[in-house]
Amino acid sequence: MVVQALRDQGVDVVFGYPGGAVLPIYDEIFQQNDIRHVLVRHEQGAVHAAEGYARSTGKPGVVLVTSGPGATNAVTGITDALMDSIPLVVLSGQVPTFMIGNDAFQEADTVGITRACTKHNWLVKDTANLSGTIHEAFHVATTGRPGPVLVDIPKDVQFASSTYTPPQKAKTSHYQPPVKGDLDAITELVEAIEKAKKPIIYTGGGVINSGTAASQLLRELVDSTDFPVTSTLMGLGAYPGTGKNWLGMLGMHGLYEANMAMHDCDLMINIGARFDDRITGLVSAFSPNSKKAHIDIDPSSVNKVIRVDIPIIGDVGHVLEDILKIWKSRGRKTDKEGLKGWWARIEEWKKIDCLSFKQTGPVIKPQYALHRLEELTRNHDRYICTEVGQHQMWAAQYLTFNDPNRWMTSGGLGTMGYGLPASVGVQMAHPEALVINVAGEASWLMNMQEMGTAVQFRLPVKQFIMNNERLGMVRQWQELLHGERYSQSWSEALPDFVKLAEAFGCKGIKVDNPDDLDEAIREMLAYDGPVILDCLVEKHENCFPMIPSGEAHNKMLLGEAKTKDAIGSSGAVLV
Amino acid sequence: MSALKIKKGSTKHSAYNLRPDFSDVTETHTLAVVVDNEAGVLARVIGLFSGRGYNIDSLTVAETDHEGHRSRITIVTTGTPQVIEQIKAQLGRIVPVHEVHDLTVEGPSVERELALLKVSGTGEKRVEALRLADIFRANVMDSTLESFIFEITGTPDKIDAFAQLMGPLGLIEVARTGVAALSRGQ
Repeated sequence: MVVQALRDQGVDVVFGYPGGAVLPIYDEIFQQNDIRHVLVRHEQGAVHAAEGYARSTGKPGVVLVTSGPGATNAVTGITDALMDSIPLVVLSGQVPTFMIGNDAFQEADTVGITRACTKHNWLVKDTANLSGTIHEAFHVATTGRPGPVLVDIPKDVQFASSTYTPPQKAKTSHYQPPVKGDLDAITELVEAIEKAKKPIIYTGGGVINSGTAASQLLRELVDSTDFPVTSTLMGLGAYPGTGKNWLGMLGMHGLYEANMAMHDCDLMINIGARFDDRITGLVSAFSPNSKKAHIDIDPSSVNKVIRVDIPIIGDVGHVLEDILKIWKSRGRKTDKEGLKGWWARIEEWKKIDCLSFKQTGPVIKPQYALHRLEELTRNHDRYICTEVGQHQMWAAQYLTFNDPNRWMTSGGLGTMGYGLPASVGVQMAHPEALVINVAGEASWLMNMQEMGTAVQFRLPVKQFIMNNERLGMVRQWQELLHGERYSQSWSEALPDFVKLAEAFGCKGIKVDNPDDLDEAIREMLAYDGPVILDCLVEKHENCFPMIPSGEAHNKMLLGEAKTKDAIGSSGAVLV
Repeated sequence: MSALKIKKGSTKHSAYNLRPDFSDVTETHTLAVVVDNEAGVLARVIGLFSGRGYNIDSLTVAETDHEGHRSRITIVTTGTPQVIEQIKAQLGRIVPVHEVHDLTVEGPSVERELALLKVSGTGEKRVEALRLADIFRANVMDSTLESFIFEITGTPDKIDAFAQLMGPLGLIEVARTGVAALSRGQ
């Protein structure tokens, strides 16, 4: 019955790991060929893989785990999906109903444990409700602000038979968040668009979640108004990185021009982002002189951190459509003079060239590694995953994303160990595409067992490990904020990644010289199968620009060299 | 490179001291939340309050519509206007929640609470307790030679006042239901 329900929901891949309490479902899976099951090596990997699948396709990811440890291992991944609004349906086995509460073998209060990290969850106590609940689970996961849901199914409920309810017959849920924005508010925003002298569009993951049509509408809005656009980490790709109005990512490690424009603008249009603390910096000094509009499908995101002037509750795609419609019908007006001056200022900021770096000497700079990766893979059908840390920020800064759903990263929760399993999930969804996981060695080791999954399912994922033998971001903070006391932030006793690759049955490449880098990347791309590329990079490189925490957008630290000059004169803090 | 020159004892080296500059005047609001009467729904509501650090001054819950499987949760909470707005938005986000009403702002409403108070004493104190109970229209639910149990219904303020008066007269135990509330009129 579970498999039938998944099939009717259009599921083609399930990521999972069997165990005692889900054996009846695994027995059903064994006896069919419509749904492929990807056997991971750890349940956390299953959830991240499903996230990668969901993020790169726009469809919900499906996970199947057993009771007790199976479910608890999945918790990190589920929380990650909640923070990043990724639609997931997690099915977990549970001990039989009559044993619940007895501290049975592999029993855990899964519904209780996951209550705080799912959008909603259910314990199915009666087989008659099983198929209906699964359909409802898909509905809740994908409607409104997407998120993970969990259905806990006791083993006796799996064994018992009952009448199957197809999705069309399942009772309609009262959960129907509105998608259309309030037209008065939208008109108010259009008026603001017409008058703005220094506007900025600030997009987030909500644009991606709303679907590819939303990204198209965003591009139309940006191109026809000629407004500058920036994005959060989660929203990269909604507006093309090669687009002429693109300012680059904003936030703690965002680009100088993006953050300065956010600080100085007179109209900020937040589309599907949530004023996260990595974006705002010091809240009381956040963009002090702007009128702020916020388009979000989740009412609780509005006025949570930053008070906005024009809140619009609705789906990004629908609201953008209405904005364009109303704006066009009123004659496509913008303050062209004002915009001209604004762009002139932005061009001044761009001249700082905050991402500039110099590749000198025999050691590979991480920025250079990504620069070369970008050059050599630009024309591929490319999907990028990352782990969490410095490499993640560098990837966001130095790689170019021209389409939505091409960038998989753990934003809200910041889960080290996300990237490798996510790349497995992405490659499952896009078997012919080039899937690269830009990783740090420490993050990568956290879920390295999933290399076995990649090899087993012949998934040619490319693991691009920028190895600085450090927890780079932790080290950076310790350098800047904790008196250079590097407590526990180096990677001792690292494995030999080439031998490790061979042990897994895939290809390993090591490179430590800038002159050999291109050849190593080409070799990685040319190999038909999973590759681990161990790229040894500069150990003490810091990730800039950086808004020091507790500071405003216009108090950015730029590169190392520039910061050194500034220490004597202006208290180390630039601009 | 100690580029940031952070003073000792400062909390600036954390990103988490970014306190919003919203008003810090707190208000007390009574919320009525209509939910599906299903397993775990109360845990979701309470978990929301504890997980996000909101206050619960009082909470009452019972099934109100047996046919429709609906329960009504009445919550009295205190916070800044911005926090109250967040609480309502967060409650509205819970899947089995159907309606969230802020009775404090949605026009006049009636709020009542029931309490049982056990007062022990003899002689003059016992007579005084009974006389005060009469003034407050509290009913005697149980009586022994040394004690009474009073039942009193009213606004939380009235119950507070009654309990305070009973204090020196031998109050030994109080059970309160928490506030139940309905908006007035249609």
